[in-house]
Amino acid sequence: MDLSFSDEDLAFQAEVREFFATQLPADVKDRCDRGLHFTKEGQQRWQKILHKKGWMAPNWPAEYGGTGWTTTQKYIFAQEMGAASAPAPMPFGVSMVGPVIYTFGNQEQKDYYLPRILNSDDWWCQGYSEPGSGSDLASLQTKAVRDGDDYIVNGQKIWTSHAQYADMIFCLVRTDSSAKAQEGISFLLIDMKTPGITLKPIIGLDKEHTLNEVFFDDVRVPVKNRIGEENKGWTYAKFLLGNERTTIARVAQSKRKIARLRQIAKNERVNGGYLEEDRDFMRKLNQIEIDLTALEYTELRMISMLESGKKLSAEPSLLKIKGTEIQQRLTDLLVESLGMYGAPYEAQRDYAGINEAPIGPDYATGPMAEHLYLKAASIYGGSNEIQRNIISKMVLGL
Amino acid sequence: MDFELSDEQSLLKDSVDRFVQDNYSPEARMKLAETDLGYSLEHWKTMAELGWLGMPFSEDVGGFGGNAVETMIMMESMGSGLVLEPFFSTVILGGGLVVEAGSNEQIEAIIPSVIEGNLMLAFAYAEKQSRFNLNDVETTATKSGNEYVLNGHKAVVYHGATADKLIVSARTSGDSRDADGISLFVVDKAAAGLDIQGYRTVDGLRAADVHFDGVKAEALLGEEGKAFPVIEKIVDRAIGALCAEAVGAMAAANEITNEYLKTRKQFGTPIGKFQVLQHRMVDMYMEAEQSKSMSDMVAMKLDLGYDLDTKKAVSATKAQIGKAAKFIGQQSVQLHGGMGMTDEYSIGHYFKRLSTLEMLFGNTDYHLSRYSDLS
Repeated sequence: MDLSFSDEDLAFQAEVREFFATQLPADVKDRCDRGLHFTKEGQQRWQKILHKKGWMAPNWPAEYGGTGWTTTQKYIFAQEMGAASAPAPMPFGVSMVGPVIYTFGNQEQKDYYLPRILNSDDWWCQGYSEPGSGSDLASLQTKAVRDGDDYIVNGQKIWTSHAQYADMIFCLVRTDSSAKAQEGISFLLIDMKTPGITLKPIIGLDKEHTLNEVFFDDVRVPVKNRIGEENKGWTYAKFLLGNERTTIARVAQSKRKIARLRQIAKNERVNGGYLEEDRDFMRKLNQIEIDLTALEYTELRMISMLESGKKLSAEPSLLKIKGTEIQQRLTDLLVESLGMYGAPYEAQRDYAGINEAPIGPDYATGPMAEHLYLKAASIYGGSNEIQRNIISKMVLGL
Repeated sequence: MDFELSDEQSLLKDSVDRFVQDNYSPEARMKLAETDLGYSLEHWKTMAELGWLGMPFSEDVGGFGGNAVETMIMMESMGSGLVLEPFFSTVILGGGLVVEAGSNEQIEAIIPSVIEGNLMLAFAYAEKQSRFNLNDVETTATKSGNEYVLNGHKAVVYHGATADKLIVSARTSGDSRDADGISLFVVDKAAAGLDIQGYRTVDGLRAADVHFDGVKAEALLGEEGKAFPVIEKIVDRAIGALCAEAVGAMAAANEITNEYLKTRKQFGTPIGKFQVLQHRMVDMYMEAEQSKSMSDMVAMKLDLGYDLDTKKAVSATKAQIGKAAKFIGQQSVQLHGGMGMTDEYSIGHYFKRLSTLEMLFGNTDYHLSRYSDLS
């Protein structure tokens, strides 16, 4: 047992830190630091910088454009990325559909789609949830009926994040209605420009347009856009959700927020002094920091188990539950730290380069937007209640 | 960075696990706890023969050169069976203080006997006004010629009535809560003026209130008036050990409770099929896992040195594990229903030990405050 990093790891850490310090565009960093949504242009610019360095997809196998890093190096990279307030690449391509394509796709699909993900040519979105299928995802009803070399797709997806920016959508569709729910599903890659696809924005709690409804009306999708076998899509979908959970603890980002909170507490006035002298407030902050430390070392312990060749079952669900709880407690405390200036809220337009002076202190822009948006964290990726069901079944055998 | 045990460490863990399995069935433990002594001298002899009593001491005094990680491994295994022998009081606390503060002669006079299993120690530090504050010391030691004379009262000294020698903190100068002016003394159990009132504690162990009425100390341990940093350091290492014990006890309590959920039937089905109980059990599992991570982390940090970061890590760990110990202990009883209320069934004993572990050397609130003060 040993907590220290090797000399090679420390050298790697220095290299990564230097890269983020010099290459991350200031405007991209600022939005990320405040917890504001990215702009597509800024995110794309940053992803291309990452790709040029070869660091777009550390988790991919080297043969498809991954970095070949050890688990420890991947961990260091993620930590430094969070500490630098560098946004991670959009997950839908790199973290979600990419691994499905290189694991289950055919050669033609790998050759075409993977480089386009790495180069940010294609932006992806995720077509999983439907109005009647949330936690009970396998009950989905969007139908794909075979017609020659095409499928004809009809139905509706919902809660589709960032679909308005997407070039492609990966979709779960029902190809056999007579089979058991999980056994009649296929996994299709669909071009968002295909005739018959329409989008309807859903304005969120944060007054922003992140979510969408996506309608499919006789949409023709070539059969060659199917991943793997027909009716085996559920297997690929589960693989994807399992992948997602290991990146969801977001320890480094939460550490950065704690630093931001300590900074705000040095500036906010209270009772003739500063918020950092308020024992009640600081106690809440320190309790979260302790809980975050427990999460951090649990993640490290799991990484250590994986590196030594052990297998995990549903342990990553713990990271998802605790990680999202901490993210939400932190944004809650960030809003609380602003006192009365937690109330003024004009969505992003008060930050998108308008000429008027901002309302309240500069650091008041961001916390409420993120607090509202991150209410989704305990819902998406399998709600925290579903994660508890998974642990109960897989780990505890109940 | 590596959380896996080395081969030697795995052997150590297997050896303590086997001892617990062979000797600490719930029935055997209950019987032992009811004896006059409250633990087994035979087990103590076995522990000496297996080298466990020398594990954390350096090889020059006959120890095995183990460190905080080895202590963590042993304490976790012992915690899983709620072991009663005074390993913590004698080896971790008493032995730790002697090695940290004592002269070479003092170390050689005491530690080899501890390792052989012939000498038991206890640490008398708490007082009725001190609560968890280690520098709130009103017991006095006055120099008279070449000797020190102790007067005062020490509270809830774990294993104080069966120890051969007490290590006692006393004030040689300064005001009652000054960090400066505290000294450590070795006091023999037979010293005149010493009144040791032994009693049972709720967790099945033994403790004593100790009154000093003009008691001559056998020796001053370390420099006069400068003992506080030594006490703080050894207590922080001891907290790491207690946290490991709690991790072992929580894992066992969860295993017992999880098994109960699978076997106890109501409404025609195992109660573990009810989602409200499943989610409670998952929360207990998550608390135990996070506690294990913190306990491993703090053991590894204690082996890297002792500075501000280590102190914060210790308090963070005690705060996490205190919270988890209360939650798991109490919920284990709840999920057992009526069975959890009986003295006969093992789960209540885990609940009681987890409750005292939460409190010993500072409860959750105390360590959250200490963490805040150090931040």
